[in-house]
Amino acid sequence: MNFDLTVIWALIIVVAVFIYVVLDGFDLGLGILFRRFPVGRDRDTAMNSIAPVWDGNETWLVLGGGGLLAAFPLAYALIFSALYAPITAMLLALVFRGVAFEFRWRDPAHRGFWDLAFSGGSLVAALSQGVVLGALLQGIAVQDRAYAGGWWDWLTPFTLITGVSVAIAYALLGATWLVMKAEGRLQQQARAMAWWLGGATLAAIVVVSVATPFLSADYFEKWMRWPGMLAVAPVPVLVALASIAFVRSLKAGHEVAPFLLTLGIFLLCFVGLGISVFPYVVPGAVTIWAAATERSSQVFMLWGTALVLPMILGYTAWSYWVFRGKVSAEGYHA
Amino acid sequence: MFDLPEALLLARIQFAFTVSFHFLFPAITIGLASYLAVLEGLWLKTGREDYMDLFRYWIKIFALVFGMGVVSGIVMSYQFGTNWAVFSDKAGPIIGPLMAYEVLTAFFLEAGFLGVMLFGMQRVGKGLHFTATLMVALGTFVSAFWILSVNSWMHTPAGYAMNAAGQFISAGSWLAIIFNPSFPYRLAHTLLAAYLTTAFIVGGVGAWHLLQDRSNPRARLMFSMAMWMAAIVAPLQIVAGDLHGLNTLEHQPVKVMAMEGHYQSHPEGAPLILFGIPNSAGNRVDYAIQIPKASSLILKHDMNAPLAGLDTVPVADRPPVGIVFWAFRIMVGLGFLMAALGIVSLLARARGKLYDWPWLHRFALMMGPAGLVAVLAGWITTEVGRQPWTIHGLMRTAESASPLAAPAVAASLLAFVVVYFAVFGAGVLYILKLMAKPPALNEGAPPKIPGRAAGTTPAVALRPGAPATD
Repeated sequence: MNFDLTVIWALIIVVAVFIYVVLDGFDLGLGILFRRFPVGRDRDTAMNSIAPVWDGNETWLVLGGGGLLAAFPLAYALIFSALYAPITAMLLALVFRGVAFEFRWRDPAHRGFWDLAFSGGSLVAALSQGVVLGALLQGIAVQDRAYAGGWWDWLTPFTLITGVSVAIAYALLGATWLVMKAEGRLQQQARAMAWWLGGATLAAIVVVSVATPFLSADYFEKWMRWPGMLAVAPVPVLVALASIAFVRSLKAGHEVAPFLLTLGIFLLCFVGLGISVFPYVVPGAVTIWAAATERSSQVFMLWGTALVLPMILGYTAWSYWVFRGKVSAEGYHA
Repeated sequence: MFDLPEALLLARIQFAFTVSFHFLFPAITIGLASYLAVLEGLWLKTGREDYMDLFRYWIKIFALVFGMGVVSGIVMSYQFGTNWAVFSDKAGPIIGPLMAYEVLTAFFLEAGFLGVMLFGMQRVGKGLHFTATLMVALGTFVSAFWILSVNSWMHTPAGYAMNAAGQFISAGSWLAIIFNPSFPYRLAHTLLAAYLTTAFIVGGVGAWHLLQDRSNPRARLMFSMAMWMAAIVAPLQIVAGDLHGLNTLEHQPVKVMAMEGHYQSHPEGAPLILFGIPNSAGNRVDYAIQIPKASSLILKHDMNAPLAGLDTVPVADRPPVGIVFWAFRIMVGLGFLMAALGIVSLLARARGKLYDWPWLHRFALMMGPAGLVAVLAGWITTEVGRQPWTIHGLMRTAESASPLAAPAVAASLLAFVVVYFAVFGAGVLYILKLMAKPPALNEGAPPKIPGRAAGTTPAVALRPGAPATD
């Protein structure tokens, strides 16, 4: 069998983006909820639960961007110049939240401001990522290997819905993360949040799922026509089952299961998005093969990825293992 | 209404602004990560607590700088696409894989072990913690390797071919691309610059505390270590810089013409212009103070060797001379001052007066930011000197930008300027506050509380300024 390297690279990028969404999803989500926790040890504990890992989590965003440039340079060029405003907003928001990890400890007099920067930055980054997702789904105007639209084209009701949806879903990940990592009052508060965020996330999934097929005939064809429908039907069915399990685990007071089930729901949504978009990388305009880099570049990178990615997964897992268990308010910030 | 500058110029200003800010942070962390590794290694080897105290003192500063480096670096990894879409599309098949290797082999290494380095001392034990520190230091080095390979390829492209879509692709050997002609020189010059930057910051901080209290053993230790670096590395850097300059003369002679202010060709030996005011309209350097034939002597090792000038280059292919000319002089001037401090420190050391000469400490204090300024000046020299090209001789800057409207770029540029000055300004302030505190005995030792201590200790005890609890 002749392996299609372009498909392999598309899979690698998709996996990298998914890992990013999962990992930074919970720490952005925790950031969104952050200011609802009482000042003092609850906030400190919440912050410390992600302080040792946020930087590694965000590296997957760099891999997503850098990997796209490496494997699909045309897509990288088109998508980021078309989505100039939301990408720039995301980058600036990440600046605010990234520095807050250190700054809030260094300047007690302005801790309130840096807490706001952390929370606001997390929220704007999540909204921007949701808008980027929506704008990609609704399509980008392309002519002669260049973006051919204006700098506000991305702004539509649909992208606002996806923006809010992603922010809600990240917040759910953050809440269930805390259910797993925190104890006592903070855990109770996170559990209460997980209830209504779970409901809101499900509602958001339904709204986006219903709206997406009407964006293009291609999506409609895949999701709404017999017999293609049959092939994709397991996705919504599994989402429904996972949601029921989520509610039961939360009710039963489980600590880890709600987080894992939320991850499962994320994975299913991701698969659904993949079904909608494939084989395009810029939906409706550029397929993965049209955007793919040269074969020699694909081969050169594949060697490195095959060699290094397992090592990365290994020491990332080790780092999570080192910081396993419940977290406390203490860091190195003495 | 006033007219906005054109989108291209705004995009260039934005890239220059964001990359200059970003570059300062890795310039510090590359050196500081190695310094921390040395401190921890010496502590493990000798058991002398001063080393651990210095480690704890500098790791707080490292964490701040590293955080700012990460967030400003993420901006860079996306800005190629947002603002330089055509460049990304055309050069992606060459530079993309190198940058992907940087992420895979460097960024993950740094990020994966940073958490353990900062927070994990009590959790993993000394040996593993030292390993984590070494991995972070190694990561900063590997990162510099790849990104400077990319940057060097843009200066001295090699090993490429073109495909039907007009993209640069590998002609066969990736080693020819990675080890392009200017890469080894640029790597050596930049890494030495990063080590010097850190050495002078450490030296400046040590000098400040010696001026307050010359008996503080930790201030003495850091000052002494920094002055060894200055004495050994600064002269090495002058040699490396000279070799890099000769390499530039071979591959990018126009850049050297701008650095030297050589508007005219000199068939019988070119003068070394020390100072003057470049006048590109008149094709001359006004008020020049120059040494006859010295430039030929330096660049060609023959005072009568002919050197071509900018008169041999079409106006459209010339870089802006003034910026390159001045940035180069600032870098070289600081380089010689650094070497001078290193040599003076050797003299003081030989006389046993390293900690006793306040004027030496004031000199070192003044030179604290010298590395940062020199790094930026050098960066401006080489990058502005490459203009009007993004890929030297092959792709013009004007052909590289995204099709964006000027108001979009103006708005983002304004946002970057405001946010960077506010956020990183605050960060620099916090760093200076940390530096102003003398390195203490049992410096900021983490309180000895088990990791699972939720509910046993008031969090307020862990805030800065609170007394250490052990």
